[in-house]
Amino acid sequence: MPNGTLALGTRQQGFWQRVDSEVWIRRLLIALLCIWMLAVVVLPLGTLLSKSLVNQDGEFVGLANFIKYFQTPALSSSLGNSMFVAVLTTLISVSLGFGFAYALTRTCLPMKGMFKGLALTPIFAPTLLNGIALVYLFGRKGLITLGFFGHLDFLAVDIGLYGPVGIIISEVIFTFPQAMLILTIALSMTDARLYEASDSLGASKLRTFFTVTIPSIKYGLISAVFVCFILAFTDFGAPKVVGGNYNILATDIYKQVIGQQNFVMGAVVSVVLLVPTVLAFSVDRIVQRKQVSLIAAKSVPLIPKPEPLRDRIFLTFCSLIAFLIIAFYLTALFASLVKVWPYTIELGLWHYDFTGTGGGGYTAFFNSIRMALYSAAIGVGLTFASAYLIEKTRGLKALRGIAYFLSILPLALPGLVIGLAYIFFFNAPGWSFWGITIPNPLNFLYATMGILVMSNIVHFYTVSFLTATTALKQLDNEFETVSESMGVPFYRTFFRVTVPVCLPAVLEIFMYYFVNSMATVSAVIFLYSADTKLASVAVANMDDAGDIAPACAMAMLIVVANIAMRIIYGLVTKGAKRKTQAWTVR
Amino acid sequence: MSPAEQPHLEVVNVSKLFGTVTALDKVSFTASQGEFLSILGPSGCGKTTILRVVAGLEPQTSGSVSINGQDVSRLPVSKRNIGIVFQSYALFPNLTATKNVAYGLKSKGMDKKDLRKKVEDLMDLVGLSGMGEKYPSQLSGGQQQRVALARAMALSPNLLLLDEPLSALDAKVRIKLRSEIRDLQRRLGVTTIMVTHDQEEALTMADRILVMDQGELVQFGAPHEIYDFPSTPFVASFIGSMNFIRGAVKAEENRFKLGESLIHAGEANKVSNGAEALMAIRPEDVLVNANGQSGPNTFQAKVLHMEYKGSNFRVRFQPTQMDTNPIIEAEIATEKIRRLDIREGQLTDIDLPVDRIRVYESQGSQAHA
Amino acid sequence: MKAMIRLFALSLVLVMGLAAYAQAEDLLVYTALEDDEIPIYLELFNEMHPDINVQIVRDSTGIITAKILAEADNPQADVIWGTAATSLMLADQAGIVEPYAPAGLDRVRPAMRDANEVPHWVGIKAWMTGFCVNTIEMEALGLPTPSSFADLIDPVYKGQLIMPNPASSGTGFLTVSAILQMMGEEAGWEYLDALHENISRYTHSGSKPCKLAGSGETPIGISFAYRGFIQREKGEPVVTVFPEEGSGWDVEANALVKKAEIKDAARIFLDWAISPEVMELYARVYPVTAYDVGAPIPEGYPTDPEAQLIENDFQWAAANRARILEEWTNRYDGKSDPQ
Repeated sequence: MPNGTLALGTRQQGFWQRVDSEVWIRRLLIALLCIWMLAVVVLPLGTLLSKSLVNQDGEFVGLANFIKYFQTPALSSSLGNSMFVAVLTTLISVSLGFGFAYALTRTCLPMKGMFKGLALTPIFAPTLLNGIALVYLFGRKGLITLGFFGHLDFLAVDIGLYGPVGIIISEVIFTFPQAMLILTIALSMTDARLYEASDSLGASKLRTFFTVTIPSIKYGLISAVFVCFILAFTDFGAPKVVGGNYNILATDIYKQVIGQQNFVMGAVVSVVLLVPTVLAFSVDRIVQRKQVSLIAAKSVPLIPKPEPLRDRIFLTFCSLIAFLIIAFYLTALFASLVKVWPYTIELGLWHYDFTGTGGGGYTAFFNSIRMALYSAAIGVGLTFASAYLIEKTRGLKALRGIAYFLSILPLALPGLVIGLAYIFFFNAPGWSFWGITIPNPLNFLYATMGILVMSNIVHFYTVSFLTATTALKQLDNEFETVSESMGVPFYRTFFRVTVPVCLPAVLEIFMYYFVNSMATVSAVIFLYSADTKLASVAVANMDDAGDIAPACAMAMLIVVANIAMRIIYGLVTKGAKRKTQAWTVR
Repeated sequence: MSPAEQPHLEVVNVSKLFGTVTALDKVSFTASQGEFLSILGPSGCGKTTILRVVAGLEPQTSGSVSINGQDVSRLPVSKRNIGIVFQSYALFPNLTATKNVAYGLKSKGMDKKDLRKKVEDLMDLVGLSGMGEKYPSQLSGGQQQRVALARAMALSPNLLLLDEPLSALDAKVRIKLRSEIRDLQRRLGVTTIMVTHDQEEALTMADRILVMDQGELVQFGAPHEIYDFPSTPFVASFIGSMNFIRGAVKAEENRFKLGESLIHAGEANKVSNGAEALMAIRPEDVLVNANGQSGPNTFQAKVLHMEYKGSNFRVRFQPTQMDTNPIIEAEIATEKIRRLDIREGQLTDIDLPVDRIRVYESQGSQAHA
Repeated sequence: MKAMIRLFALSLVLVMGLAAYAQAEDLLVYTALEDDEIPIYLELFNEMHPDINVQIVRDSTGIITAKILAEADNPQADVIWGTAATSLMLADQAGIVEPYAPAGLDRVRPAMRDANEVPHWVGIKAWMTGFCVNTIEMEALGLPTPSSFADLIDPVYKGQLIMPNPASSGTGFLTVSAILQMMGEEAGWEYLDALHENISRYTHSGSKPCKLAGSGETPIGISFAYRGFIQREKGEPVVTVFPEEGSGWDVEANALVKKAEIKDAARIFLDWAISPEVMELYARVYPVTAYDVGAPIPEGYPTDPEAQLIENDFQWAAANRARILEEWTNRYDGKSDPQ
């Protein structure tokens, strides 16, 4: 063996050279990552901010635009409206989400998987569809408003849909799954021993709830609150359909930019929208950083014991919610099949033939599929590789810190802000500073599929990045060290070990990107072009033109595509699991 | 110990600062070809840091590391030709044992047949023939450890570094693996450094032990040297247990005064006459002398407490006529206790053999008996 | 078998690609024409000019205008087709328009083209305000059918009207502009104040009020005439009412976009867009076209459609557009349909 040492020692000479350059490759990659994030997040955002400080002719005017904004009641009242809608949505959504999550984790609810699956349905739908479905339920000619076309007259009720009522219902449906998911995770990560201790000390149920349950999910609760708030505060799809005469910030941006050609005011409203969002985001990050894991390695998972009364109450509650969600989307499906709502109730596929309506029909739909696939494929590669570089590189602390911050930042950016910032940034032919003109190297992306894909990757970057980081954190840090000591290039270990072991996370990120790219409308509505029409934008445009039934049909197609992707994901994950079962038995 | 030639590994004055915290303070040591060194110390003493510096995973702030006479101070880990086994083993979970072992060899462009042969040999070597197709999760802790060892040895490293390789294992497996690793290391003749916090592991496995405390190398020597002649009270108390008798003042050659009582001790020249000394003796060196034979340090003592430990008793004595009333613990074979019929509250003679008493300068020395 | 089909498809694409390489030219056309009109006209164009590949961006007048202005530094479109003349005047002011005299220009009525010798824009047809009234809902609610603008401010219609937001909709703007021109500014704003009391919401597009009337979401939608006829054809219970005072109207016009490289296809398209062939198609659903092609007046329109049109001062409308919209927004925007 010692002889072998010598033999290999000499052979490694050339090999060492290569590995040395690897350190540089890594540095270069992280630097590139920072530059990329700078180019697609920071610079566009900077352009947007600078736009809010100039007048229509591009002269710097300081805060004059903001002063004008707050002096115009028609504009500034939207801030209060948005706040109101977001706060109320958050309250309702988190309460319902908590109840549902509690049922899933702390009671003997039957068919938990099915209940959870049904509760997650809204994730697959564009929020525009929530608005449209509400129109068919509660609009002036809605199913419920009309008492099921007069068959169930006693149910007929007009809730005055258009306005805050409609917006809040839509946003609750939109944010409920998010709150439920976060709280389910929080509730399932509690140490059963705490409850045993509390029981043994003779604490009442209520006391245990407030002294054990609530503190132990504190961070989850805070997270759920901020996530729901940000989503409801910045969503644009549902208010667009059912907002009626109730102006909110997200729709104001669109109206300023698209309806009134006032890009400057659009930028101003974007900043007004951005401030509370970034604040909520920062508070959440700061609070979460304080979180110390309450789960010791030895903590005992809580297995709920049957309790007939409680279980029955929660079963009723969950059934009701699941029923409402399913009925909600089934109404939309039904409406998309009706010939002339509410006059000719004949079922057929008329509205699925999109000729004579705007938006691009099936071309748009398949564009969307393509865009979602590109976004998912490129997004998963980029996100995972960045998370890997940031998580698994030794040294370069400062650079990695910057890269991490830039990766977290997009979560605070509403889609509309990204879209508008991208128009400003990518459509600029160049910039002149003190007489020197720098051409915009990224200008070629404007009005291409590329910019749509990029906006999606950035829009949904953070959640994917955090998923990847969590998965990577579970891997032994010494994998890299061991490979390094054996002189194996890091990218080999990345592909041979890291990616296969993190495959579940990789697939999850892929699906997340796909589903969201299909459904999103906010960023892409500013960025699509004649040859890149999109399904979700088509829904918005058809709704604009008053073609609500075809809009509904197109939204249903998006849901179908997303559910199909979810099923494929399920099958692939199952297959991957079977394959990897051998090494994950423990 | 291997014949002393040019040292195979030479660490000179290595210091490491993390910000303002000194993790390593001018650590120097050498290892000759084939030697097994163990770095021992409490957690946070810098033992893992020194291993990482030697490996090239952590750049030292100053000082140098040479392997085979070549200065490798500035070389990355991949250029130092070393094998590492981590506490967690860091086996790739998605690769079989064979593939784990072959991992480093593959990128060396080795011929397929040679590679298979080499991997088989390695698996045989660690006693895992026939287990090659199993995934790490299908192997026991001990088996995983051996796969990690085989993988580390696959590239015939100049130096094998083991970072707490046994601490994740059950006590029984640990003891068995100790001798296995030692045998393997001897057969391969690879110079090895093992970090451990387990003194027994260090004593049984190492040719020489480095005892570290707060970033400093406090003692470096063969296990028996370290055990018998701990250079500081810290070493004395960290390895094995030790009675410390405080407050003795050196009266004259070989004699110390504890109040008015006199204690004889070798090593007396460590302190000057009149200076205060800390005297120490290991419990197993304290003799119970019931049949009247007496040495210079024979004292009558009262049995305060007896703790049954199976083969031994731990007995706490208090000499009746010694000033300052020190308490001295002794480790006494159960057989002897039974034979001498020693009981709590009894008076008996104890003897502190002159050559087993260690003497340290008293000031600033902290010791826990 | 599959492989065969694929091979066949591939070679087909290849051949077509080669053919296209020889001649095909991409043409990006921005338009505010109705979604259901465009395919009819384009079919004709593709027949006549198969070598030009037309890409359509269609949106409401306001949005198309916004898009053109937004891209002023870096124009994307080659041609603007069927977009309100008042909007094209704005685009012209922004320097986006390249004057062009399409073939057959001499046939176009003077009122329907820019006065410059080489016109900056050329109209194709006029579209006018019309009320879409849902007969079933009117009966259910027991409402009288309005016949004039004056009728609309009757308090019985409170909450029963929907009209387009003039800031984003061409129809909305021409209606507001007509009211201000007919009644004078002071009385006009007073009228709009009163009208505002009856409006349940303002929509973003000009066709939406009519479509909402068609589906019963509102009994009366202030929209434009074409829409009402089409919704009726689709089986919705809608009749179109032309206000007695006369209808606001605007010209849907074309313009060439000023770009570094102006394609020949753009000029070909503009020539085609006022050719008699397509003019006949326009005339099937619009009574007033750029020149008379002798087509019968579409059913349902007044016998003398031109008499229905008010005296419209486009110059005034374009010049005052920004001011009118600002005033309008300040007064009524709280009820505007979110975009």
